[in-house]
Amino acid sequence: MAPLTRTSRAWMVWMGILLILIMAGTVAYATQLKDGLAVTGLNDTVTWGVYISNFVFFSGLGMAGTFISGILRLTGAEWRRPLTRFAELSTVAALTICAIMPAIDMGRPDRVLHLIMYGRLESPLMWDIMVIPTYLTASIIYLFLFLIPDSGILRDKLGGQVSGFRRKLYTAVGMRWQALPEQRRRIERAGTIMAALIIPIGIATHSVVSWIFGMTYRSGWDSTIFAPYFAVGALYSGTAILITLMYVFRRVYRLEDFLTERHFKLLATLMVVFGVAYLYFTFAEFLTMSYKMEASDGALINQLFFGRYAAMVWLGFIGGQIVPVVLAALPWTRKIRILVFASVLVNVGMWLKRLVIVVPSMSAPLLPYEWGAYMPSGVEILITVASFAGFAFIMTVFAKFFPIISIDEMEEGWELEEARAHSVSGAHAPAALKPQVERA
Amino acid sequence: MDSAREKTTHPSGVSRRRVLGGLGIAAAIGATGAVPVAASLLPSATKTANAQESEPAQPTHQWAMAIDLRKCDGCTTIDQAPKCVEGCNAEHFVPPGQEWIEILQVDDPGGYTSFMPRICNACENAPCTKVCPVGATYHDPEGSVLINHDKCIGCRMCMAACPYGVRRFNWGQPPNPEGASLANYTPEYPVPHRKGTVEKCMTCAHRTKEGKLPACATACPMFAIYLADLNSDVGTNGKEIVKFSRFIGTNAAYRLKEELGTRPRVWYIPGHGQDYGRTVDSTVAAKTPRNWQELGATLDSNGMPVRPSSSTQGASN
Repeated sequence: MAPLTRTSRAWMVWMGILLILIMAGTVAYATQLKDGLAVTGLNDTVTWGVYISNFVFFSGLGMAGTFISGILRLTGAEWRRPLTRFAELSTVAALTICAIMPAIDMGRPDRVLHLIMYGRLESPLMWDIMVIPTYLTASIIYLFLFLIPDSGILRDKLGGQVSGFRRKLYTAVGMRWQALPEQRRRIERAGTIMAALIIPIGIATHSVVSWIFGMTYRSGWDSTIFAPYFAVGALYSGTAILITLMYVFRRVYRLEDFLTERHFKLLATLMVVFGVAYLYFTFAEFLTMSYKMEASDGALINQLFFGRYAAMVWLGFIGGQIVPVVLAALPWTRKIRILVFASVLVNVGMWLKRLVIVVPSMSAPLLPYEWGAYMPSGVEILITVASFAGFAFIMTVFAKFFPIISIDEMEEGWELEEARAHSVSGAHAPAALKPQVERA
Repeated sequence: MDSAREKTTHPSGVSRRRVLGGLGIAAAIGATGAVPVAASLLPSATKTANAQESEPAQPTHQWAMAIDLRKCDGCTTIDQAPKCVEGCNAEHFVPPGQEWIEILQVDDPGGYTSFMPRICNACENAPCTKVCPVGATYHDPEGSVLINHDKCIGCRMCMAACPYGVRRFNWGQPPNPEGASLANYTPEYPVPHRKGTVEKCMTCAHRTKEGKLPACATACPMFAIYLADLNSDVGTNGKEIVKFSRFIGTNAAYRLKEELGTRPRVWYIPGHGQDYGRTVDSTVAAKTPRNWQELGATLDSNGMPVRPSSSTQGASN
């Protein structure tokens, strides 16, 4: 609990850097507001660029956290316990940034209310506008549910040592939590319901994100597998960010006792599963395109693999898909540091992959035009950097106020272990404890 | 199809207009399978009619266009920049560099080339209107695809969806002619141009409404561009009058990317400008058209464009 109450100099410096980056992005956005999207590298051919690929990237990062936490909870995987909190947090942080990106991409942000006043359900964009706040809200509720017991504990344990604001915060979020069996039963039930709800919402989110592309006629986008392709890609990239974040939190907060090598290996196994599935989709997608070489598809394939986008495509494919999967799969490379390196590679590769999905299909000529060109401008780069800083900022601030590992989940896990030990040795577990733990 | 409606056309019509109406009676029933039956558009037309409350529920006209590429030489044989583009630029004060009509050079088999003016295809099954999240882009009852620049949020989803790359975006504040702020903005005639919104060829809805040919058709010295009313099955380029279904049917007319099922309302008759002596092996590229500022286009006191004589002239009559 020490990191919650003590503020180190390193923390201040880190926050300072993040704030400066966010400020720089804000200033860049201000110039964009003033002069319009003309300050970007976008043009009438390539009308979507890094803002939209950031949007896809962050929705991908966001997909896995709550989703994996939900799946592990439903399947009763015990090793989830130290992971759930920051997994859910990463979803909330990433989806917040993800929701901002399309607004930054809008030509007329002053008309954002038109989406409510004149909104049409027929538009794939409107599906996004509905599903992302839904997933964000569900993720916040899910995160909040298990903050209740923790805040109750903090309220009781830190009562005298912290500022009035914090006391009020913990009292409010703690909601009179007293660890009564009835309270515990209800929160477990709510958690199970939310976990079951969150999985289809998560799938829906990334499917819908893919359909702003899949509902068009453009080569590379006009694909029926886009929804599952994107969903698997999101799980891949989201699992990788969990590994990266786990390492960061473990180092910063010295959580070596909680986040062990075993956790890294288990998450890495998940990452391999999603990575292989993603490779399979990538293969299926490009094989069907390149076998037929329909005129416009063929032109796109040539540019992607051998033409102007070849460097990005191969870097993303080998560096982001092949190498990390191999590193995470081979027994002798399954060491924490190597796995973390692989997880970082995955997300660098996946960011490139998203850019490669958005830009080349936009550049491809629809009629006898020239290929479009696009290079992100300084404003776009600053805003992109600020969006990553914003993601880190949300996580850092949260970790300042709430424990990054769920105290309650851990305690419950220990109690469960004890109970098991007792029942093995012939003693009976406390009657009130057993069923609720099973359900968990 | 009630061809009697054809008689109730605008009194402002020029003489050509009356001819159009008269022939309509004879030709209306003649719409063959080659021409999409206008009635199939009516449900969607009435759905968007609330945006155009002054329009009748049963539209009198269903506009379509045909471009006869046998007559289109890219204005190379008269050594001019494409007149249609300049006519459009001057008519709409099209922001420089984002032409609503473009002359594309097409590579034909054998290393030959031809020209193809690209306008909005006014698709009946328009991908752009489907994906608009706020209904800013829509069909007017007479078949043009319009954009309400008071609604457009600038998300550019329609630009991603258009399979023809027709749409243009005002990335910054586009230049407007003097007095444009006093002009009466309508989606048919979107002047002044607005920052952060999508624009494109409106198939000159403001002109067809008044029984005039689109600006590009008027400006084309070769009379290559035809306007047609699918209801009456009559088309004209300002020089001759054709029975439209027969015109496109007998001349092997095609529509762009017909296989997509967008049902465009613009037909192309294959050719390479041979009617004006351009040969297939000509390597003369089309010249760069001047924008409205270079053409010196201005608005009159009614907020309507004053057409510089050089851009509206037909060649030989």
